[in-house]
Amino acid sequence: MESNATTDSGNTVKLVLAWLWVGIPLAWGVYMTLGNAIKLFQ
Amino acid sequence: MASFLDRSHSIAGPGFSRWLVPPAALCIHLCIGQAYAFSVFNKPLAQLLCSMQSACPPAAAKVISTTPGDWSIANLGWIFSLAIVFLGLSAAVFGRWVESAGPRAAMFAAACLFCGGLLVAGLGVSLHNLPIVFLGYGVIGGCGLGIGYISPVSTLIKWFPDRPGLATGTAIMGFGGGALIGAPLAVALMKYYSSPTSNGVAPTMITMAIVYFVVMIVGPLIVRLPAAGWHPAGWTAPTAEASSARMITTRNVVVSQAIKTPQFWLLWGVLFLNVTAGIGVLGQASLMIQEMFGVTVAAAAGFVGLLSLFNMGGRIFWASMSDFMGRKRTYVIFFALGAILYASVPTFGHWHAIVLFVLAYGIILTMYGGGFSTIPAYLRDMFGTVQVGAIHGVLLTAWSAAGIAGPVLVNYIREYQIAHGVAKADAYSVTVYVMAGLLIVGFICNWLVKTVDEHHYVTTGAADATA
Repeated sequence: MESNATTDSGNTVKLVLAWLWVGIPLAWGVYMTLGNAIKLFQ
Repeated sequence: MASFLDRSHSIAGPGFSRWLVPPAALCIHLCIGQAYAFSVFNKPLAQLLCSMQSACPPAAAKVISTTPGDWSIANLGWIFSLAIVFLGLSAAVFGRWVESAGPRAAMFAAACLFCGGLLVAGLGVSLHNLPIVFLGYGVIGGCGLGIGYISPVSTLIKWFPDRPGLATGTAIMGFGGGALIGAPLAVALMKYYSSPTSNGVAPTMITMAIVYFVVMIVGPLIVRLPAAGWHPAGWTAPTAEASSARMITTRNVVVSQAIKTPQFWLLWGVLFLNVTAGIGVLGQASLMIQEMFGVTVAAAAGFVGLLSLFNMGGRIFWASMSDFMGRKRTYVIFFALGAILYASVPTFGHWHAIVLFVLAYGIILTMYGGGFSTIPAYLRDMFGTVQVGAIHGVLLTAWSAAGIAGPVLVNYIREYQIAHGVAKADAYSVTVYVMAGLLIVGFICNWLVKTVDEHHYVTTGAADATA
């Protein structure tokens, strides 16, 4: 039971890190693009 | 090292979460998607020599460089075209190897080739040798694009038999999103490395090669293949009757047989026509909005960025929706709605309705992206899962062909119109009507897609042997 809990929390940490690894650059790219796109409506 | 990359060492153990596979795929696609942002290098590459002498014309000037020996924009355009051609060719040639070697080896090879290509291109820039840049980014990098693009597809389809559209849509969304990261990153690095005698392109390319390699290498580290017979908890495969009603096969066709079916070539036509219509206009988007609405260059760049966002969002939205609507119906919407919107664009221009114009192009671009991301699931429905990655690889030659046909068609029609006295702002009308016509042909191709004939399927034992 304890071993399963450790595996689950290990999986959760891996999942969070993996999605942050790709999510942070993507969010930065979207933010930069939206910043430029606003000029179209100014 | 070789054994770590081996397919047999990539099988997931108990407790592995399948939700680790989409970020593994995104590590590759977010990086190779930088190709869509390559145009950010065009002007700096055309000013390499004049920037060394601090003799470049001002930004508002009509010419980019007057220094003898500086590369022309027309010649630089071949770098991206070569990369797209080699993307399709390498995906077609190495598709079967990607299936047999597994996702780890394929992702590793993609990282080495794409980043190695960027390094060679950086060397070519520092030596001011255009053939080396062609070889680096176009040929070597293009092969990295092709292998990287197909590397996670069949793995994702095997992990997500319940939602194949969502899974492949997430990965291929990354390719669209790669431009959103690649463009501002390149601009920031060129600014950082620029000096009075250099515009910083070579060190930017070398830095990007290193950064992208670090990001990409995480993909093969975390990706896993499902064990034989694995399926998601609580999921049961649909019955043969239910699958048949939605044109989803429960059997398999190998790549050598798939290319002999009319379904493959109809889907080749579907992808080719959807991409030709989108890519041609995407390349003209900045000029088009400037000439039709008189907006500034900065605002036009904002418009192109907005289109990139729609392109990226459409990839995950339409591919996910196709899991519920079915692939054929999804493409019916792409072609029917796309043709109506293209045909409406000149009217929006005459009304000077910029919001409607932007919205129309935004929706068109969601369907352009959706066309890319839904096709792997469509192939899986038609030909099964065993060699879907390899079949997808061969189908990507349609992208290469469209990468040449789209811009050539749009440029030719526009120049022909202007040469015959049509005003620049009106010259796009015929272009978009031709694009609408292409989408109608695509609609017919999609309409003709039926279930694959019995004799193309492999027997169960043969399918296992090829898996």
